[in-house]
Amino acid sequence: MEELQSYTYDVLVIGAGGAGLRAAIEAASQGARVGLVSKSLLGKAHTVMAEGGIAAALGNVHSEDSWQAHFRDTMRGGKLLNNWRMAHVYAQEAPERVMELERWGAVFDRTPDGKISQRAFGGHSYNRLAHVGDRTGLEMLRTLQDQAVYRGIEVHMECIIHTLLRDGARVSGAIGRLRATGGFVLFKARAVVLATGGLGRLYKITSNSWECTGDGFALASLAGADLIDMEFIQFHPTGMVWPPGVIGLLVTEGVRGDGGVLKNSRGERFMFRYVPEMFKGEYADTEEEAQRWLKGDGAARRPPDLLTRDVVAKAIMQEGREGRATPHGGAYLDIASQRSSDFIKSRLPSMYRQFKELANVDITRESMEVGPTCHYMMGGIRVDPETQATTVDGLYAAGEVAAGLHGSNRLGGNSLSDLLVFGKRAGLYATEHANKQRGEPVADEAQISQAMQEMLAPFQSSGEEGPFDVLRDLRETMQQYVGIIRNEGDVKKGLEAISRLKDRAGRVRVTGTREYNPGWDTALQLPLMLTTAEAVALAALERRESRGAHTREEYPGSDDAFSKVNFVVRRSGEGFLVVKEPLPEMPQDIKKLVE
Amino acid sequence: MDATFRIFRGNSQGGGYQEFLVPVEEGMVVLDAVHRIQEHQANDLAVRWNCKAGKCGSCGAEVNGKPRLMCMTRMDQLPLEEPVTIHPVRTFPVIRDLVCDVSWNYEVNKRVPPFTPGEGDLWRWQQKDIERPREFRKCIECFLCQTVCHVLRTHDQKSSFIGPRFLVRAAGLDMHPMDSISRTRFLKEEGGIGLCNITKCCTEVCPEDIHITDDAIIPMKERVADDFYDPVRWLLRKITRRG
Repeated sequence: MEELQSYTYDVLVIGAGGAGLRAAIEAASQGARVGLVSKSLLGKAHTVMAEGGIAAALGNVHSEDSWQAHFRDTMRGGKLLNNWRMAHVYAQEAPERVMELERWGAVFDRTPDGKISQRAFGGHSYNRLAHVGDRTGLEMLRTLQDQAVYRGIEVHMECIIHTLLRDGARVSGAIGRLRATGGFVLFKARAVVLATGGLGRLYKITSNSWECTGDGFALASLAGADLIDMEFIQFHPTGMVWPPGVIGLLVTEGVRGDGGVLKNSRGERFMFRYVPEMFKGEYADTEEEAQRWLKGDGAARRPPDLLTRDVVAKAIMQEGREGRATPHGGAYLDIASQRSSDFIKSRLPSMYRQFKELANVDITRESMEVGPTCHYMMGGIRVDPETQATTVDGLYAAGEVAAGLHGSNRLGGNSLSDLLVFGKRAGLYATEHANKQRGEPVADEAQISQAMQEMLAPFQSSGEEGPFDVLRDLRETMQQYVGIIRNEGDVKKGLEAISRLKDRAGRVRVTGTREYNPGWDTALQLPLMLTTAEAVALAALERRESRGAHTREEYPGSDDAFSKVNFVVRRSGEGFLVVKEPLPEMPQDIKKLVE
Repeated sequence: MDATFRIFRGNSQGGGYQEFLVPVEEGMVVLDAVHRIQEHQANDLAVRWNCKAGKCGSCGAEVNGKPRLMCMTRMDQLPLEEPVTIHPVRTFPVIRDLVCDVSWNYEVNKRVPPFTPGEGDLWRWQQKDIERPREFRKCIECFLCQTVCHVLRTHDQKSSFIGPRFLVRAAGLDMHPMDSISRTRFLKEEGGIGLCNITKCCTEVCPEDIHITDDAIIPMKERVADDFYDPVRWLLRKITRRG
């Protein structure tokens, strides 16, 4: 066997987006020896793509805002399927985390009296999103990156984890490879934080970056951790639908927050017809009222274009089904008729460029064409709401890969503050756990040699499958069978297809050398992607109702029988068990906040 | 129609161009073509990319000799009757194919004196106070400015010059309304700001349209000149033995 580079840490953080960086910073500030693994170069994580803002009840624009209101919006947005305690901790701590980011050098937009400005966003009852134009994610990631650099945290860039290592029942590290050389690398750790982000790349149409392949869900599950809410995948209502090369690319909700309106091919503002029962009375009834809101009339209610993402995505789909789609199969998003050219360019500079450069559309003069795109995973690794501990000893999870905060649908802007609040907590409690361990972490030789053999196998394979062919078919399978609108027959077809794809993934052959070989990376990611895809499909099959982001054609309404349960997907032998478990009960005083 | 691509294949030991034929679709960008080649013709073609939306700055390369982001370079802006040549950026060592080792930049970054806010100040400011630092904070770290800077590219003075990216970064920190330290000594002694002779090559390639030379480098050069070459300040420094 070849030489292994080996590192030992108190806390190993896998993933260097917002959650991973925040976890690493916290662990380092608690005195832990920290190693940070990044699949890409540092500072390129998918967090940079976040546009609109960070939700936190700072009350700078609407002084009536409070953590209670943020909690209520988050729970109702998630259709009460959220882990209430996570949402509770989150809403209380988010403002502090945003202020901390400012103290670390983030430069937020200002209100006229010089405080951090906050913009309106879907599902939030007050202007709540601290923002940096439409580049909030970049500002946040760069600020965290700087903190990590100043604290001297060791970063392993372009390193892909293949498997988590176990010492008996607990996690004791991870093994992977460095992209540049193809060399193997071993990390021994007293505690591991998974902050690997989402799974958008399982779908053909997605807003997600290269890295969002859902590895973390599979790594955790294969190590024995429970996954919950895997059926809840957010399809953002506004992705680009043209030209072909950019289908799925995100158009920030900030466009609607700043006044943009949705129209169908007949020019009708159709969202007025899609206000769900739960939100009746909270949104404007007429275009006239919506226009008054835009002009800043405090008595006017917000326009229905700002309903939660699940509602808007389904409305766009429905307009299309009824023959009112735009030429490229979406809806029009029009801010040109609502705001001045200067306003649009200063508030939405990167949207302006994105459309100008990639689609030849000038959004200060013309409407954009938009449609749903796979954007965010609400479900994921089951964690303790306070410590972010998973169900496996020594393993923690934070950010998109962890589940519970968002329930069945996430509100825009809640992701960035999620990363900060729970990244910090994961780093803190992982360090506490590490400090309690005696002796050095143990890496099992048999697991190491098995992992190395698995990683080399695609070079030795006699199979004929190409890695990118299997990947393409997986993404088409998920899009077609486990997409926005699901039914039992389709999901079962999807599961059968996944099973065939697993066989094909086993026959993938890789050409070339081990140096920076994307074919090899893809070949090795396929089994993890397929594991995650299967968990999604299994959960989608079990939830026989429609709620939040999960829509079942045969069960169009929400069903009380499913209103207080999570589906837990758990590894069992070579497959999965799906178990229905009750949600943690909300205490009476908290329950009052959401009613 | 089809387009011909000449793509560099090789590693630190050397290499050469390989030709590929790719069908062109409406609205296609160069990175789409590279992906298509990777998917169908050369699975091991190495290319670094993340977002494919001009936001992460990973996919810089020299397209027909010009450093740019492949994800933001539309095919319909290129003369397709001739082959499209793609070469890795030349200022940094090749790892493989289109991927370069940019780790030098990360090492330089560690040396820039960090954001250092003053104690107990009121954190309030006006939007107009942050226009300048905000321009610099748009940087997506694609390192194309580093690539074209002749101090780094032609003269390879990486040991004495930090390059436009980190001059911009230092300027962004210096102009933050709450920052309380000066970076002029760092820029003069470690940063090598005097080596920049403002040819503006960096500004021309910046995909974020940051006015690197005019808005960052020249003002910082002026601050350095004020601090170190102003005779009154020089005398004060001598007397007080500070700075």
